[in-house]
Amino acid sequence: MSTIRYTKDHEYIRVEGDIGTVGISDYAQAQLGDVVFVDLPAPGKEVAQGAETAVVESVKAASEIYAPVAGSVVEVNARLADNPATVNEAPLGDGWFLKLRIADTAQLDALMTEEQYQDYLKTLG
Amino acid sequence: MSDPAAPAKRTPLYESHVAAGGRMVPFAGYEMPVQYPTGILTEHNWTRENAGLFDVSHMGQAFLLGPDHDTTARALETLCPADFVNLGLGKQRYSQLLASDGGILDDIMVTRSVDPAEDGALMLVVNAACKDADFALIEQRLPANVKLLRAGHRALVALQGPRAAEVLAKHCPDSADMAFMSARSTRFDNFDCHVSRSGYTGEDGYEISINAKYVATVWDTLCADPLVKPIGLGARDSLRLEAGLCLYGHDIDATTSPVEGALAWSIQKRRREEGGFPGADRIQRELRDGPSRLRVGILPEGRQPAREGAEIHADGRKVGVVTSGGFGPTRNGPCAMGYVEAAFARPGTALTLIVRDKPLPAVVAPMPFVPKRFFQPKAG
Repeated sequence: MSTIRYTKDHEYIRVEGDIGTVGISDYAQAQLGDVVFVDLPAPGKEVAQGAETAVVESVKAASEIYAPVAGSVVEVNARLADNPATVNEAPLGDGWFLKLRIADTAQLDALMTEEQYQDYLKTLG
Repeated sequence: MSDPAAPAKRTPLYESHVAAGGRMVPFAGYEMPVQYPTGILTEHNWTRENAGLFDVSHMGQAFLLGPDHDTTARALETLCPADFVNLGLGKQRYSQLLASDGGILDDIMVTRSVDPAEDGALMLVVNAACKDADFALIEQRLPANVKLLRAGHRALVALQGPRAAEVLAKHCPDSADMAFMSARSTRFDNFDCHVSRSGYTGEDGYEISINAKYVATVWDTLCADPLVKPIGLGARDSLRLEAGLCLYGHDIDATTSPVEGALAWSIQKRRREEGGFPGADRIQRELRDGPSRLRVGILPEGRQPAREGAEIHADGRKVGVVTSGGFGPTRNGPCAMGYVEAAFARPGTALTLIVRDKPLPAVVAPMPFVPKRFFQPKAG
């Protein structure tokens, strides 16, 4: 059983045990447009909550991806090197960016649930 | 430049963009579509394969009107380094408005009417963000017998791509045999318009200048053609980047001269020899001795784009900066342009770009990054 949480910057983290899979929301991929490159961290890297951990490049611009919670990177999505458009096609599925071993699961409590995130999107017009 | 606090203006095609699902963004004081629902990649590829339709009505259009061609051309030559005196009837030329130090205040397209009855008229198209300053400067410098007439009532659309000619010929048959960088007054269906064979994508295509009252009809007529899709600013930028074409305010500006900007080709022989344009001392010296820095094409290795502002290093030090960069959909890889010290400008020179504090290997490459496909009628 997994739970999903979102940040105000439109990252999601899908949590199973102490492992969180991080990516960007469907709203974020639509805003970015066609993704052409994803710059991913090296596995083993320790990241603080809110720290820049990846960069997603669309045709138009580069956007930073911030860690929803602190942790260490245990895996990155190798598929994105050859198929960056997967981020557009399946942002919550095969288009994930990286997996974190979560340092403190209490940090998840400050993030938005699916329902809260959908309400948040409505405030963005 | 435009005042960022002023309310955004709209072109006569604003409603058409919104109806087509265009995502409107502020650009040069206007609300313009950055993309339509299919996205930048699709729009870019469609333009390279079929025909893309662009609203460029935000750009500044004006006429210079004098007693005869020679007088009007010489008046403009006091501001620009191109040879307009020898510009033929119905021909178009790219140039730059120069500051007294030879820096580029704007780039400009200049067209001489094909109609001998309009002798003494030149048509100007300048960038949206610069148009008020450009026209004020031109007016200030004109002799008493040459007038500037702004054409704010005219809209401008560009139809670009390998199938643009067959599309336009359905509505404007005499556009088909026009050579690249030529222009004529003609009709689109029943509407008077002015058509030039030119553009900003590296593809064959046209720009159509027409009264704003009729432009929505022309736009809708063209969009109804299955070969045509509307294209936003995002793909306009990736298309011009692959074509190696400058974006004013980024790749050229008041700090760069035309020679540094690799635009020396646009300064014809007579002007090089005679001078008589702002900054002629510097520009003639740079033509003779070579500029200290030069705008070059840059291809990063791999797939990671380098964007505007990325530092360019070689020999263990900074030798330049990227002025435009992104992902080239037709190249299917990143491409960029920027300024480097002249010693590092030769194609094949290895460079290191600094992208988010990390080194990215790259190489100086000739532009355009994709082959140009301009149309020239067959001789005889």
